[in-house]
Amino acid sequence: MSTDVAHDAHHHGPPAGFRRWLFSTNHKDIGTMYLIFALVMLFLGGASAMMLRAELLYPGIQILNPDLYNNLLTNHALIMVFGMVMPAAAGMANWMIPMQIGAPDMALPRLNNLSFWLLPFAGTMLIISMIAPYIWGDTPVNTGWTLYPPLSVQAGIGMDFSIFTLHILGISSILASINIVTTIINMRAPGMGWMDMPLFVWAWFLTGLLLIMVMPVLAGGVTMLLFDRHFGTAFFDAAGGGDPVLFQHLFWFFGHPEVYVLLLPSIGVLGLIVPTFSRKPLFAYKPLVYSMMLLCALGMVVWAHHQYTVGMSEAVTNYFMIGTILISIPVGYMLFSFIFTMWRGSMTFETPMLFAIAIVLMFSFAGVTGVMLAVVPADLQYHDTYFVVAHFHYALIPGAVFGLYAGVFYWLPKWTGNMYDEKLGKIFFWWTTISFNLTFFPQHFSGLAGMPRRIVDYSPIFLEFNFISSISAFAFGASHLLFLYIIIKTIRGGEKAGDMPWDGAQVGTTGLEWTVPSPPPFHTFEEPPVLKAK
Amino acid sequence: MSSQVDKNKVVAKRLLLAVIGMFGFGFAMVPLYTLICDVTGINKVGDASEGRVALEDVIHGGVNEDRLINVEFDVTLNGDLPWDVEPEVKKMQVHPGKAYEVVFTAVNKTDDNVITTAVPGITPWQATEHFSKVECFCFNQQKLKPREVKAMPLKFVIANELPEKYGTVTLSYTFMNTDRSKVNKKVASIH
Amino acid sequence: MLFVKRLKYLAAMGLALFAGAAAAEYGLNLPEPVSPVTRDIYNLHMLTAYVATVIMIIITTVIVYALIKFRKSAGYEADQNFHVSWFGKWAWVLVPVVVLGIDLSIAGKAANTFALVEDTTEPDMTLKVTGSQWKWTYDYMDEDIRLVSNLKKHEPDSELYLRDVDNPVILPINKRIRFLHTATDVLHAWWVPALAYKKDSIPGYINETWAIIEKEGVYRGQCAENCGTGHAFMPIVIHAVSEDKYASWVAEKQAEKAKAAAEATSDKEWTMEELMARGETVYKTNCVACHQAEGQGLPPAFPALKDGPITVGPVEGHIDIVVNGSKNNPVMVAWKNALNDLEMAAVITYERNAWGNDTGDVVQPSDVKAAR
Repeated sequence: MSTDVAHDAHHHGPPAGFRRWLFSTNHKDIGTMYLIFALVMLFLGGASAMMLRAELLYPGIQILNPDLYNNLLTNHALIMVFGMVMPAAAGMANWMIPMQIGAPDMALPRLNNLSFWLLPFAGTMLIISMIAPYIWGDTPVNTGWTLYPPLSVQAGIGMDFSIFTLHILGISSILASINIVTTIINMRAPGMGWMDMPLFVWAWFLTGLLLIMVMPVLAGGVTMLLFDRHFGTAFFDAAGGGDPVLFQHLFWFFGHPEVYVLLLPSIGVLGLIVPTFSRKPLFAYKPLVYSMMLLCALGMVVWAHHQYTVGMSEAVTNYFMIGTILISIPVGYMLFSFIFTMWRGSMTFETPMLFAIAIVLMFSFAGVTGVMLAVVPADLQYHDTYFVVAHFHYALIPGAVFGLYAGVFYWLPKWTGNMYDEKLGKIFFWWTTISFNLTFFPQHFSGLAGMPRRIVDYSPIFLEFNFISSISAFAFGASHLLFLYIIIKTIRGGEKAGDMPWDGAQVGTTGLEWTVPSPPPFHTFEEPPVLKAK
Repeated sequence: MSSQVDKNKVVAKRLLLAVIGMFGFGFAMVPLYTLICDVTGINKVGDASEGRVALEDVIHGGVNEDRLINVEFDVTLNGDLPWDVEPEVKKMQVHPGKAYEVVFTAVNKTDDNVITTAVPGITPWQATEHFSKVECFCFNQQKLKPREVKAMPLKFVIANELPEKYGTVTLSYTFMNTDRSKVNKKVASIH
Repeated sequence: MLFVKRLKYLAAMGLALFAGAAAAEYGLNLPEPVSPVTRDIYNLHMLTAYVATVIMIIITTVIVYALIKFRKSAGYEADQNFHVSWFGKWAWVLVPVVVLGIDLSIAGKAANTFALVEDTTEPDMTLKVTGSQWKWTYDYMDEDIRLVSNLKKHEPDSELYLRDVDNPVILPINKRIRFLHTATDVLHAWWVPALAYKKDSIPGYINETWAIIEKEGVYRGQCAENCGTGHAFMPIVIHAVSEDKYASWVAEKQAEKAKAAAEATSDKEWTMEELMARGETVYKTNCVACHQAEGQGLPPAFPALKDGPITVGPVEGHIDIVVNGSKNNPVMVAWKNALNDLEMAAVITYERNAWGNDTGDVVQPSDVKAAR
């Protein structure tokens, strides 16, 4: 059924007008829509972060009341995690995976259309969740993205919209994952074995499986929350025999693997960029693939390290601590593999490579602060402070977001057929990484000095770090206007890019995306490509 | 090509089954969690309906007259519950293996019927499995009529097996109004 | 202004300061620990921080070396067989060996510290800490004393802004203190970095931490778990005093309590001054969060009391709303369960005469009793 439509389209090229986008089953068009959606959300989530930092510029309440502050904080997280990073990674998967494995399209093109078009609905729902409390006059969603009860049971009607948002986003990402995993299993070009796949494909295969495993658990958890709020159940209410901590277990059973859902696609991108610009193959490809599997497996069983302070038994806590510390092995492998790919390479420093090198350094830093946080007794001090905020922004901004930026610069020539402006790209790189570090590095210290997270106002003893953080955050935010400008400029024209714009990709990667023209025609690989025998 | 479509559908269906399975797993966590907590001793809210034991099951080891354990009683009123609850003693010394009774007096200070659940918690949590309640007001919901004063007995035994290093056991009750709409009242927010 | 002063200081320090992570005196690190557990945690924290620093130095050095040596512009040709050389084949063994070695040495030390955290040696005293939106209640379980601790207002340029309370906790030094943590509504976390690490306060749960305070002084902290609107506004202040001072404070508190109980039931006629003084205290503990320090309220949810229709209207209506609560606004609860007649009489008198309300009305406890 679904491919009939795709078949018709094969011979007619893209339909004209809005139908091309609304009814699209073409992986490239859907990929483009995902990426545009993610870009819009990047600016929405970024704007909310700017408002938060503006409020925190000085002690005293200046522009946001406490509930609005925490509402924006919640939405900043939800937008960035579910609206920006995941759709951007899915957009790249849509564009690149079929092209890398030599498939004509995704396995389930109509499902693909559905999983994208759910996103704008979710975005609308999220915006309603912010406005609704002011119409009905009750408490905004002031819980933070973790939505812990009983606070989330107290919150007003906005919380219900947030829960629906999560449901829709969950369905969207589950459908996208099913599609991607099916594509990778079934649609590889003849001769492309599992261990021949580009790392990005491997990374997304594992990401898809993780999402399929954990997203439904979150859906279940927030559904229970919805029932507790409106239907008199007591899943999380001790008065009815429930337990508020159970929600934390459900949330983090999803939440910890979710971190790897955000990270892995970017690790996959790095697995292509580093070899390309080092002009030699990825070092320790197989151990790296196995370590990603190990990362996923370990990631599924260490969730409770987000809740050391709820009071678990000594044995259980020690288990979670050791499990968590062991995660440094697969993460160590990734960094090790990237560093030794550069070693004895012949490096050049185009924008994607600059990002890749910076990511290796900054993500290592997130890794070592991660080990500090994993140590239970120390976490009893760090927990819920800005130290944690700094740690996860170091993990997620370099680990996920910058990885995606690197991917954008790496593939923009392929997508548009034009080279981006290298000089502007480098300016963007330095501007954004320096301001990022100045924003979040001081937060380690404000955390240690005693500043808890999710507070709208703080004592002047924390002034210096917050002031630096806020000013740098504005610079960090502003750098993204340049990013937007570079993308638009590249789409509109520029130096023509060849089929293989990066000379190093020849030895560095195994993907088939470089065998098609830049930009690729509407349909690629209608006849399966034949791989060279090894 | 159509065989490719069928193959895709098979894989997609299997993955969908996994999704449904994991959704179910989320809900299965509710009973599983209780079970895991019982087995591993993760601290959790005591389940009020369980924990009742027959007296003869816990005093079989005989009374250890040589050992004295401090037992403290503590009450927390959840969500501004308009009751007064006081144990007759706040602190007592007990011998392991012997049954003791303590009466808690509850007063409903309102002009409405109020039904509560008493949620027990024990510190140190390691003592929980050795602290047996033969009779407790926490086994049932407690309903007090307007201005009613009620004596609520608790009968308990601490087992001989309680490790020597625990010299004080604190039994804490949180009284929660079962009408949750009375509790979540702070919805009028500060704008 | 303090901001400006501190910002100038900051500029003088320069960014070089960030490198010196050990500059504890300027709040760059966890505060100096004053209890055995927090000291152990502090040492553990320093150990992991040093290990982290060493690892970062090694990684950075290797990368910088690679960037300088293995670049195309320096004419370096890529070694296409590096990944299949003996090093490429066997280097993967290195990672788990090195990483595990570091990990397990940290984990071993951490497990020991955690055993100290979980240590349940017999305490000398127990303090029950109850978190509520948005205040802390302290029960000295052995002394039968209860303190309710609310935010004390300061201006945003004061060092004490959001760090001060009306009733600080008084604790003796050199005594083993057990803290019990619970909450009455949502999650909270009682955190005083120098001496009290976090264990969440969860409604229906009871969690336990402990400390032996080794040094007299004032220790500050604040709620660490998001508890809604007032999360940023529930600080914690501990005054650690000598055992003697603590004993006399306890005796004083208990005498006060006995006196208050006697006064509340006596039939004494109170003067305006007495009621105003008491009323102000009651107001600051119970009413100020919503109706605000100057009685200006936060309309529409929390009406102003200054020139309010009830506070300057007939006195019966004012007594009724305080004693029995508001019929229209559920947030205004009936105070008859929480306050005694004297306290209610005092606060009503205060509200009718403070902030320029100046009605001149004096409400006696007997008036309140009649309205119950």
